[in-house]
Amino acid sequence: MSHAMLAELEHRNDPPPAVWMSMREALHAEWTKLRTAPGTIWLLLAVITATAALGIVADAAAKCATESCHLDPARTSLTGIYLSQAIVAILAVLVISNEYSTGMIRVTFTAMPRRITVLAAKAAILIGLVLAAGTAAVLGSVLAGRLILPGHGFTAAHGYPPLSLADGPVLRAAAGSVLYLALIALLSLGVATAVRDPAAAIGVVLGLLYLTPIIAAAVTVPHWHRPLQQIAPMTAGLAIQATTGLRSLPVSPWAGLGVLAAWATAALLAGGLLLRLRDA
Amino acid sequence: MSAGTITPYRSDLLAGPDGFAQLLRAEWTKFRTVRGWVIGVIIAALLIVGIALLDHSSCGGAVTPGGGSSPGCPAPPVGPGGEAVTDSFYFVHQPLAGNGSIAVRVTSLTGQPSGLQPWSKAGIIIKAGTRPGSAYAAMMVTAGHGVRMQYNYTGDIAGPDGAASAASPRWLRLTRSGDTLTGYESADGTHWKVVGTAHLTGLPATVQAGLFDASPSSTQSTSQSISGSSGNAATNLATAVFDHVSLSGQQPAGAWTGDSIGAGAGHGAPPGTGFHQAGGTFTVAGSGDIAPDVATAAGGGGFPIGHTLLGMFAALIAVIVVAAMFMTSEYRRGLIRVTFAAAPRRGRVLAAKAVVISSVTFIAGLAGASAAVPLGERLLRSNGNYILPVSTLTELRVVAGTAALLAVAAVLALALGALLRSSAAAVTAVILLIVLPYFFAIALAVLPAGAADWLLRITPAAAFAIQQSIPRYPQVSASYTPANGYYPLPPWAGFAVLCGYAALALGLAAIQLQRRDA
Repeated sequence: MSHAMLAELEHRNDPPPAVWMSMREALHAEWTKLRTAPGTIWLLLAVITATAALGIVADAAAKCATESCHLDPARTSLTGIYLSQAIVAILAVLVISNEYSTGMIRVTFTAMPRRITVLAAKAAILIGLVLAAGTAAVLGSVLAGRLILPGHGFTAAHGYPPLSLADGPVLRAAAGSVLYLALIALLSLGVATAVRDPAAAIGVVLGLLYLTPIIAAAVTVPHWHRPLQQIAPMTAGLAIQATTGLRSLPVSPWAGLGVLAAWATAALLAGGLLLRLRDA
Repeated sequence: MSAGTITPYRSDLLAGPDGFAQLLRAEWTKFRTVRGWVIGVIIAALLIVGIALLDHSSCGGAVTPGGGSSPGCPAPPVGPGGEAVTDSFYFVHQPLAGNGSIAVRVTSLTGQPSGLQPWSKAGIIIKAGTRPGSAYAAMMVTAGHGVRMQYNYTGDIAGPDGAASAASPRWLRLTRSGDTLTGYESADGTHWKVVGTAHLTGLPATVQAGLFDASPSSTQSTSQSISGSSGNAATNLATAVFDHVSLSGQQPAGAWTGDSIGAGAGHGAPPGTGFHQAGGTFTVAGSGDIAPDVATAAGGGGFPIGHTLLGMFAALIAVIVVAAMFMTSEYRRGLIRVTFAAAPRRGRVLAAKAVVISSVTFIAGLAGASAAVPLGERLLRSNGNYILPVSTLTELRVVAGTAALLAVAAVLALALGALLRSSAAAVTAVILLIVLPYFFAIALAVLPAGAADWLLRITPAAAFAIQQSIPRYPQVSASYTPANGYYPLPPWAGFAVLCGYAALALGLAAIQLQRRDA
């Protein structure tokens, strides 16, 4: 047995470290796991390219011929978020479901019996990665919108200044979209912790995101239509992207993001509770 | 057995026939014995029914608080073909016994308040009676589509282009001979050209013949978006001037009577309708339309039966999850190596899996959809709505098509599961391929209408066209949007697009399974 391994074993016999210590170790472990997983970097790159690419397509398809074309330039150039949130959801689901699929979770919990700490570490690493990829994605989309949209009628003559992050509402839409992606990641992590199976977890998350607006669009009853949009995680959360027609929104931008944050918190709480109560 | 030699173990059983039936049985056993998958498919069927029962839409969006009796929308008349029709116009008529003909010259067609609609129409009509929905054939001039012969609401034959004016009047003639009606048009009243013929079965011996005038209401800026739909309709009035009116039948011509047909059902005839006779010149003002009813639910009209199948989207996600797991779980547990050791022809294993998962999901979808449609219809009716009537064959196509859509989507998920070997990626890919284009096309305001139509042509979401129950009628201007139940592709063509994607994915998966290590 080598010297280093002996030292390691001795270290194992030390009294259990303080909570902050175990959190630091958990963060380090989770970072290593996620960093070295084969899919992570590709999924993060996919988030960036999908957001920017769909944003460019939406910019190119948008036409604003008159002064009142009811199109929101910030929302148009950030259309890609509708797509890339699904990739963020895959990443977040795999962070925990992969461990269940391979049985790794038992090793993890043997090494770190504080399960909530593990979940918190996973959430923290995930948020960091998604915020980084999301920022790159949103900056790319806004830049594309700034370059493309003026050629499609979004000119000063039609009441649209070029997209700029110096503009308060545009900054809110851009920063809010990054936060939106991070909250989607937390929601997916919570659902995946509760459901454990990757396919079922991603099905639940994407169903929650995409189904409610489809059903809301088909329901013609006003007193059902609006509440559905106010509580649906996607329609409420993406109210943060609106820079025009704020009055007709079902929820105000920050309140909408708050609704999504509530969903994410509820999912994480449910996931954390089940994680504590269940056998790994 | 002598010491020193090791005889490898051989089973006493004969090698099982590598038949497809055995493979099917094996895959069916695998499916049936995983409780989660069976529950998943049952949930899919229940979701279709459950969401149909959640829809408490009531007619025109008006709901009486406290759940009292809602005013409801009157059901539209039903035409000879069984479809809901709009039959409201101003009719200046007299009886025509037996065979005969009516001819007229149209010198002007004008409209107010928002001008003429492209399908504002005036001309001559022979109609079984004055009851809305009764059989008819008509020759007409239209504001934007030239001379037409239309009959029994859905029939529409184009004549020469051009509007009627004092400078270039139009002559129209309609002849009855038994059940056959022939329409003619002429520029001068002497040289007649046949526009078309129509066979109206069961036309009574005495019919009503005369002049008519109708102008459909204009739909202004109907926009579907994530923030809701909006649309409002304005009533229009068209006024036509006729002269050289001649009616020839077995009885001598009598006096003309004016009637607003179909008025009072829902809304009365707008002010200004009526007719005025001065010598041989008739001025007829009318509103409404004689056409199939394509009124949309958002505009206070009826619901197509596809509306009761909204739960299919939720069922779709459940089915996709189960189908992807049906493939990827073999990889996760290493079972795939056993499977391929037992059945080395990997393509056949994939085919057996596809048959099992598509049969199971088809049956579940069929059970769900055939319960959801009648239950949903009953619920909609009890809230004062009407369902646009369709033929039994169309209803069967919508119900069975929904089940088939679920089955083919399951095959696509299975194939992508085999290709990607990750259930999360496969589920996401299929949902992004099928549900996301639909979401972009109907619920999102950022895409222009043309781009939305293309999404529903070239992506697997084209398959939702299988639920379209009311055809688009070129002779009616309406907002034919996917949200209202109208798709850019015909039903089976749209379904074929999804089948194409599934076949392509299945083929690629079969090739990859052969080439890759298990």
